Amino acid sequence: MSFTGVSESDVDRLYRVLKQEAEDGGYRFNPDSDFTKNLIRGILKNEQRYGYRACPCRLASGKSAEDLDIVCPCDYRDPDLSEYGACYCALYVSDAVAEGKQQPPPIPDRRPPRSERRKEAVVHTVATGPVMTLPLPVWRCRVCGYLCARNQPPDTCPICKVKKDRFERFI
Amino acid sequence: MATEHVDGTNRGNVVLYALSTCGWCGKTKELLRQMGVAFDFVYVDLLEGSEQDDAITQVEKFNPQGSFPTLVIDDRKVIVGFREQEIREALGS
Ligand code: SF4
Repeated sequence: MSFTGVSESDVDRLYRVLKQEAEDGGYRFNPDSDFTKNLIRGILKNEQRYGYRACPCRLASGKSAEDLDIVCPCDYRDPDLSEYGACYCALYVSDAVAEGKQQPPPIPDRRPPRSERRKEAVVHTVATGPVMTLPLPVWRCRVCGYLCARNQPPDTCPICKVKKDRFERFI
Repeated sequence: MATEHVDGTNRGNVVLYALSTCGWCGKTKELLRQMGVAFDFVYVDLLEGSEQDDAITQVEKFNPQGSFPTLVIDDRKVIVGFREQEIREALGS
């Protein structure tokens, strides 16, 4: 489907950027570029109407704090890649799917249903085990699991390129 | 609710709840078209306010996850996601 206000050159540009970022971080894009560009078109459409790049295959609320988990790449991408060989939308795929050895299957949505979702932004802290004294806190990227020990999380995850607000205090 | 109708062979009351931006929703719609089945579809993301709320509630009634695409046949049979085989079997072609 094409959308008003989303030009084909925007789609092509974002496609190239995201594909490159994926590959730099060890991820793979779905080789079906028509399918993939359609998803990118949806991401751009969502950015235009909601102000953030909500997952094209999920219904966004329009409130970014409630939808941080489904800003692409979503918090569910990596578990779905491990279990099914693709993210929920099949924008990102496993090596086997990228090489055509396997088809992405239909994936049940890992996001909790509306009634179980927390209304406000989740407090990004994880229960710690034994109390440890560390010289610095450890931050974890909720999208790709990257860990770093520093006073504040980085503005952009060096692995998967998501923004600072996707980090949680890990230790 | 603002559903759109696609003409075709009558295989019962076939309703597709979809998102305009979703790849699997697009594939499901395309499959139904190819099969030549008559169906109604609604892009829930394009609805607003209470109309959208009602549509979400409707989807959750059939599919508690509230995910898309949700295909409902005769208010009984529910197929969630692009499951080509199941859709073909359910709509007899
Ligand atoms: S990574 Fe998540 S948000 Fe992005 S396209 Fe895949 S399922 Fe949707």
